[in-house]
Amino acid sequence: MSSIKCRNLCKTFHQGQETITGLDQVSLEIASGEFVCLSGPSGSGKTTLLNAMGGLDTPDSGEILLGEERIDLLAKGALADLRLHRIGFVFQAYNLIPVLTARENIEFVMQIQGLHAAERHQRARAILEEVGLEGIEDRRPAQLSGGQQQRVAVARAIVSQPSLVLADEPTANLDSHAATHLMQLFLDLNLQHGVTFVIATHDEGVMAYARRLIRMRDGCIVSDESRQAGSAAS
Amino acid sequence: MLPLAAIIKLAWRNLWRNYRRTLIMLSAIVVGVWAMIFMNAVMRGMVDDMIRSAIRVLPGHAQIHHPLYRDDPSIVNSMTGLSPELENALAQPGIVGWSARLRVPAVIASERESRGLVLLGIDPATEAALGFVPGPIVEGRSLEGVDDRGLVLGAKLVERLETGLGKRVVVMSQDPQNNVVERGFRVVGIFEAELQAQEEQSAYVGRATLQSMLGVGQSLSELAVLGTDYRDLSPWFAGLQAAVGSDVELLSWTELDPYMASMLRVQDGMILIFVGVIFAVLSFGLVNTIAMAVFERMREFGLMQALGMRPITILYQVLMESFLLLALGLVIGNLLAVLTIRPLESGIDLSGVADGLEMFGMGTTLYPSLRIVDMVATSALVIVLGLLASLLPAWRASRFDPIEALGKT
Repeated sequence: MSSIKCRNLCKTFHQGQETITGLDQVSLEIASGEFVCLSGPSGSGKTTLLNAMGGLDTPDSGEILLGEERIDLLAKGALADLRLHRIGFVFQAYNLIPVLTARENIEFVMQIQGLHAAERHQRARAILEEVGLEGIEDRRPAQLSGGQQQRVAVARAIVSQPSLVLADEPTANLDSHAATHLMQLFLDLNLQHGVTFVIATHDEGVMAYARRLIRMRDGCIVSDESRQAGSAAS
Repeated sequence: MLPLAAIIKLAWRNLWRNYRRTLIMLSAIVVGVWAMIFMNAVMRGMVDDMIRSAIRVLPGHAQIHHPLYRDDPSIVNSMTGLSPELENALAQPGIVGWSARLRVPAVIASERESRGLVLLGIDPATEAALGFVPGPIVEGRSLEGVDDRGLVLGAKLVERLETGLGKRVVVMSQDPQNNVVERGFRVVGIFEAELQAQEEQSAYVGRATLQSMLGVGQSLSELAVLGTDYRDLSPWFAGLQAAVGSDVELLSWTELDPYMASMLRVQDGMILIFVGVIFAVLSFGLVNTIAMAVFERMREFGLMQALGMRPITILYQVLMESFLLLALGLVIGNLLAVLTIRPLESGIDLSGVADGLEMFGMGTTLYPSLRIVDMVATSALVIVLGLLASLLPAWRASRFDPIEALGKT
């Protein structure tokens, strides 16, 4: 398990002649096994920070260390390998591959990793059971509800056993029941497998699950507080 | 890297996401491939026919004669028989047959008319092996040996001379001393030829009879050689070249008939242009289809990159979609070509435009020639050029910025 450290991250975006500050001297350290929520209004920089930590975007300046590795210096191919082997992503819009079934979507990352079919099937079966999708594994995304699709996306994110899962507004498209179910799943995975979760959200219900809540505004961290473990879950 | 089987599965399923678009593009590829192969077969059939006709009337695939014979095809410029080395070389594999001829300009006269023509002294047995036949005998008989004293004329010439089967005609020519020699012949056979010129301008007689008439002993005007394929003389030409002496020359049919040789090159060029035009039209459709498919799935490609797929794998995946579409089109197109061309190989009757065809030295029946090598070449060309055309959209798919792509709806 790797911790992630960000030092003085800065990122600006240009929209026409306007310059927008995404991150402004952001520094933070997340230890392995933490369950962290990044909160803040739209445009506060939480998605930008998440993308930078996941190697999807590179900061203009500053350093990002995953374990001991400077990921902000890695080339495109190396970043792809890093995401493949060490980071799981859960997106707001599920983002499943529509031509693959639920099981095939889950196995997709393992296929890229080059795992043997037998091991892929065994792991996919186990994770399908864990996220409560047994029996519908051969359905394509269009045949699944929003909650089921998001659970497939979560299963895909964790099936390759990453050390870090980054989730961007994972409950935004879910009803409250599905959102509670998903957050409970995250919490269980965090507690049982020690997976580090960093969740960007502006949903108070999701924040209630956090053991560490980082609030952002205008690209800066404005507060960073540790909380009681899984208060919403209890 | 995603395993090949997974790339194929993903590409195949993606291909049928928008099945209408795929079917339209597939139809275009099928029709394009069919048209390329069909046109190729028809043009090859036309040129084959022209060249075979020309070879039948003229030289075989190669010809040996006196070095000055081409400039002055008179009896003075003839060869003196065959050397044993040459006879051995003519027996080598790759040579289907050969025949020695005596060919002289002559004047033929009936009791009513006279005309100039080419008088050929032939050996009917070796000419038959060569396929050098004047045409179907419609009256009387064909020549029966080198000593045959009869004369075989074309139907048109018989009509012009106002003579007929069994009638006597007088043939005049010059001997090596430039003396006029003449001899009476009885018309023993009348032939019809696909080309009117052949019917009008040539007459056939036994070779020994003509040699005797001209008093030239065993002299020959030309020795025609036939190989297996007029397009490729290399298996035997060099061997034969080594065996001919310095007092004679060996020329291939392309040297003997540069017009026909250039027709062959023109045909290859025309086919290339035709294939190029069809492919250009196809490639617009193909690039459009692949580009549409790529831009519709920008988000997916962004996701794949976010999940750790390398850009090169995305490039392979898009190219695989293109490859599968092309391969499917090629299989159906080739099948369609075989099904439509095979029944036509027995001949397409073009007698309605016979006059125009004769201008090109063609017969009235067109035999499309479907060759495996043409089908393979067309398929390889379509696959290679198709993949090259798809390279740009595939490359663009692989260069999407994952964050930007994931933000697309």
